[in-house]
Amino acid sequence: MRPFRDAFETFNRAPLLSALSVTTIAFSLFALGLFGLVALNIREALERLEERVEIRAFVAEGTPPEDIAQAASDIASFPEVLRADLVTQEEAVKRAQSELGEFRDLFEGAVLPASIDLRLKPGQRDPATVKRVADRVKTYSFIDDVRYGEEWIEKLHRLRNIAGISGLALGLVFAAVSMIIIGATIRMAVLARAKEISIMRLVGATDGYIRRPFLVEGFAKGVMGGLLALALTWIAQALINKYVIQTIFFDARVAMLGLLFGALIGLLGSAVSVGRHLRRV
Amino acid sequence: MIRFTRVTKTYPRTGTAVQDVSLTVNKGEFVLLTGASGAGKTSLLKMVYLEERPTSGEVRVAGTSSVTATARDVAKLRRKLGIVFQDFRLLENRTVEQNVSFALEVIGAPTGVIGGKVNRVLTQVGLASKGRAFPRELSGGEQQRVAIARALVNDPFALIADEPTGNLDDRATRGIFQLLREINASGTAIIMATHNLELIRRQEYRTIEMARGQIVYDSAETTSVPRPTP
Repeated sequence: MRPFRDAFETFNRAPLLSALSVTTIAFSLFALGLFGLVALNIREALERLEERVEIRAFVAEGTPPEDIAQAASDIASFPEVLRADLVTQEEAVKRAQSELGEFRDLFEGAVLPASIDLRLKPGQRDPATVKRVADRVKTYSFIDDVRYGEEWIEKLHRLRNIAGISGLALGLVFAAVSMIIIGATIRMAVLARAKEISIMRLVGATDGYIRRPFLVEGFAKGVMGGLLALALTWIAQALINKYVIQTIFFDARVAMLGLLFGALIGLLGSAVSVGRHLRRV
Repeated sequence: MIRFTRVTKTYPRTGTAVQDVSLTVNKGEFVLLTGASGAGKTSLLKMVYLEERPTSGEVRVAGTSSVTATARDVAKLRRKLGIVFQDFRLLENRTVEQNVSFALEVIGAPTGVIGGKVNRVLTQVGLASKGRAFPRELSGGEQQRVAIARALVNDPFALIADEPTGNLDDRATRGIFQLLREINASGTAIIMATHNLELIRRQEYRTIEMARGQIVYDSAETTSVPRPTP
């Protein structure tokens, strides 16, 4: 109980300082949280788009239907391929008409090429795999052209990576800053009790005993900072949902992880600070 | 019980404080440590409670060696020693009782025994009626008694006192010295650094004089070395 009581006392003795360290942790984690949200939502969007990734291989006119059917079943047996559907010329026209409702009349009597439409298995939809499969399909002599949205697939992937990396980098910088600030506030608390600590050591208290209340204090500040950050991120997300775009929030596991990260920052910041003081005196 | 073997202590900035000192203090002994300021008395005492470790040589105190002791060993050793300073080192925001019980609390003594022990030592030092007072409400002599009570509350085998009467007038000094004699009589060894010539002249106790980091006189050693005039 004593470490908790002592930690609470320090909080009471220097409420402003304590609030400052909690806020610093909160803002570092908030920055981390915002970037995390961006990365999360981009990934989510990307997954939804990836489900729609389709490779369309256009068949040269006049190819015998048996050859096309044979090719379609060959392609369907590629390990990356989920399905390979044969789309005849007539079906292509019908599909175009239904997809472009307003302009359906334009396709009256039009001739569109037949195609084999591929869908890839989940996990095989990254730009490199899509390109590899497309290239392989291209090797059939009667395939005129292969289309897939290569540009936007690559762009999205790059965007996701940038958001992820910059979120992580910024988060780490902020985490380091909050560790330093937590360390400084704990250091002030340590100095305020320097005499008490020196007497404790004189009468034989172990360093662990002396350290414990400060660690509890740092941990508590970290958890509070984490909670505050979570609340701020949640509010930010709610505002974005209302005014900008529908987004998703972290699941409970990730939110917990953020909280733990805050606690860890608090704990490490105080451990370093108290450790330095105890080594010096 | 306390043994210094060829101990030298050198500080990076101020140089050698203790040089090649060998010394044994036995159970229950009363030792006065004298010498001019800067002679090395405080450094020597600090090595007894392992606040400082020798640069070379070894200090052994109740089975703990300065060469091998871990931080935990040092903490354990200090629970068996009482340490008193010239400046008392009391916590101003705690009462006399709280100052004494603090020493028991921070080593995790069971709550049930703390009250009784505190009362016993406060009676022993003559402050039974002042348990609720704060240090600032006491005289210098009384404050030193509180510090001694705190040092005694763990039943130490030795009391280390660094100039305990340095801040006190003659009357208070005599009182503290009388108290230390009583404590010694009950079996606790005492090592006391002092400038007080009156005490030293009595020649009742083993007296060790230091100069420039070395022991220049030890009344327990052979008397062939003439004692320098204090």
